[in-house]
Amino acid sequence: MSMKPVFARRTVLAAAAALAATAFPALAQETVKIGVILPMTGPSASTGKQAEAAAKLWIQQNGATVAGKKVELIIKDDTGAPDVTKRLAQELVVNDKVNVLLGFGLTPLALAVAPIATQAKIPQIVTAAATAIITEQSPFIVRTSFTLPQATVPMAQWSAKNGIKKVVTLVSDYGPGIDAEKAFKDEFTKGGGEVVAELRVPLRNPDFAPFLQRVKDASPDAVFVFVPSGFGSAFMKQFAERGLTQAGIKLIATGDVTDDDVLNELGDSALGVVNTHHYSASHDSPENKAFVEAFKKANNFRPNFMAVGAYDGMQLVYKALEKTKGNADGQALLDAMKGMSWTSVRGPVQIDPETRDIIQNIYVRKVEKVGGELFNQEFATIEKVKDPVKAAKKQ
Amino acid sequence: MQGSALLLRMRGLQRLNEVSTSKIPKEPASRMVTILFDGIAYGMLLFILACGLSVTLGLMNFVNLAHGAFALAGGYITATLMNRAGFSFFLCLPIAFLFSALIGVALERTLYRHLYDRSHLDQVLFTIGIVFMTVSAVDYTMGSGQQMINIPTVLRGRIDLLGGSIGVYRLFIIVICGLLTLLLQLALVRTRFGSRLRAAVDDPRVARGLGVNVNLVFAVTFAIGSGLAGLGGALGAEVLGMDPTFPVKFMIYFLIVVTVGGASSITGAFFASLLLGIADVAGKYYVPKAGAFIIYAIMVLVLIWRPQGLFVKGATR
Repeated sequence: MSMKPVFARRTVLAAAAALAATAFPALAQETVKIGVILPMTGPSASTGKQAEAAAKLWIQQNGATVAGKKVELIIKDDTGAPDVTKRLAQELVVNDKVNVLLGFGLTPLALAVAPIATQAKIPQIVTAAATAIITEQSPFIVRTSFTLPQATVPMAQWSAKNGIKKVVTLVSDYGPGIDAEKAFKDEFTKGGGEVVAELRVPLRNPDFAPFLQRVKDASPDAVFVFVPSGFGSAFMKQFAERGLTQAGIKLIATGDVTDDDVLNELGDSALGVVNTHHYSASHDSPENKAFVEAFKKANNFRPNFMAVGAYDGMQLVYKALEKTKGNADGQALLDAMKGMSWTSVRGPVQIDPETRDIIQNIYVRKVEKVGGELFNQEFATIEKVKDPVKAAKKQ
Repeated sequence: MQGSALLLRMRGLQRLNEVSTSKIPKEPASRMVTILFDGIAYGMLLFILACGLSVTLGLMNFVNLAHGAFALAGGYITATLMNRAGFSFFLCLPIAFLFSALIGVALERTLYRHLYDRSHLDQVLFTIGIVFMTVSAVDYTMGSGQQMINIPTVLRGRIDLLGGSIGVYRLFIIVICGLLTLLLQLALVRTRFGSRLRAAVDDPRVARGLGVNVNLVFAVTFAIGSGLAGLGGALGAEVLGMDPTFPVKFMIYFLIVVTVGGASSITGAFFASLLLGIADVAGKYYVPKAGAFIIYAIMVLVLIWRPQGLFVKGATR
């Protein structure tokens, strides 16, 4: 009778030893696995297409080995559905034992994975989703894209200084849209402007007609618009069709509307749109010229900010691994990432050591025709912008 | 319980309505004209897209949830021909009609006809399967992005009519769809084919006995319904957008049109489409916060008032 508990204790010990061994596989293994989760199909597929191309380009340019470790990408398609993202993240962590999770095309997708990153204690690098709150959902989230308020506040400041007094905001009715609406209103009102109406368009509603009519009838100086990457073309078409430009209403926006990926399809109706964002394919720097050329050569299309987010995400992983000398433990990588700064193709960037969000330049741009193609031409720079939402919380 | 919750929601809506209309100081008639006009254009488009469904559902008593797939075919053939082969938009419209009609005939002859006598559940399962296959197939072959078409410059811009400002393209939609509606109604009521169709629907056995080729009549009807959806897809790509999920996104709208209109007549579907189109646009304009919900509210109200739909003539079967 006394044998049984002894036997049981032994199995418990053995199990504990086995668990301990699997808990730190990163120290032993020679391959660093990066689990990339992106929407490769569905309405946000363009995000996935751009990010995947950029991540692969990074490896192609910099080799698959860093600090003595082999880097392996495992790319999964979540179709833009949060439950799928969550399941894929679990599989990547449990089965594939990835060291880093990277990607996340939309806010809900990034949020669905936050608890998994916390539990697995591995960095979750958000390269696309842009709602301010994301990095607060897990101490392991690091962002290389941008936050909507970060891109919006400079737009509001620029408008207030450039003779725009009355604005209607028109945003997609979900996290980032509401972020943009609030950030714009707060900053613009502070600068002496007035927001006369705030319109929220259902996310799955390509018919902007009634909303645009509402804008037209309010006859503001400008309409501030945020629609997510990929929806810009439908919006611009209807904007042009409704004759808002002729009615003297300027279009101001975050760079999502005049996304490099669709800008040429928008046609001449997009000419002259003033917008603020962190990346333009025409950004004037040697790093960017080389990047755009290599990207186009490999893919036959122009990189947009989604590509740059993923490219910098990869760069961040490489730099962190160099700093830890190949130690791929989640906490070690995370600590290495905090405060890391480098020259991105978009300009100088830094990971804020406190918020793990990106600090970067925001550019004021205007859509112009260069060599037969449409580009967002940067004409003013606001340097080292932090996410204003988290900055305001600290005060 | 459900009824009272719904009522509460309605009251909430009403309140919203009051608040937001009071915010707008004056309501010039010209704005009303523009909104009404946009609504009619939207409604007409819905009608062209959905009338095929009301024919198959109401007249042939067949539940075809895959109806939107024909619209998708029309939209994609138009986008492909225009962008890759440089076809003119006006030429693409009849092509979209024929293309979808041909697909319709092919499917009807090979697949659908085996299901006419099956239960509605079988029909639903079968057609929803077709929807999913279409969505995935188009996604795989054509990519999942929005298909962009550039309508000819003639159709762009705006004109002033009755004091309101009106988009030329929307006017074009109204004219085309209006003519088609007249044509359909005349064909159904005045022509020999129309009476054969009605006879075939009312009692296929007797109709066969009287020498009506029921199979042919059904096939032609199905083809026309599919063709119209294809045309609707081509016309609507500019306004509603066109991506692989189109059949799923608009399935609800088609079904609302058919349920509200009553699944037995083209007239019913026509007025239901107009009602929904105008309500949707006006709702989003005047009550942007509740806009997307308005058409559902209308559907619920209509169905409480007339469970068979607006325009049902007694018991058809």
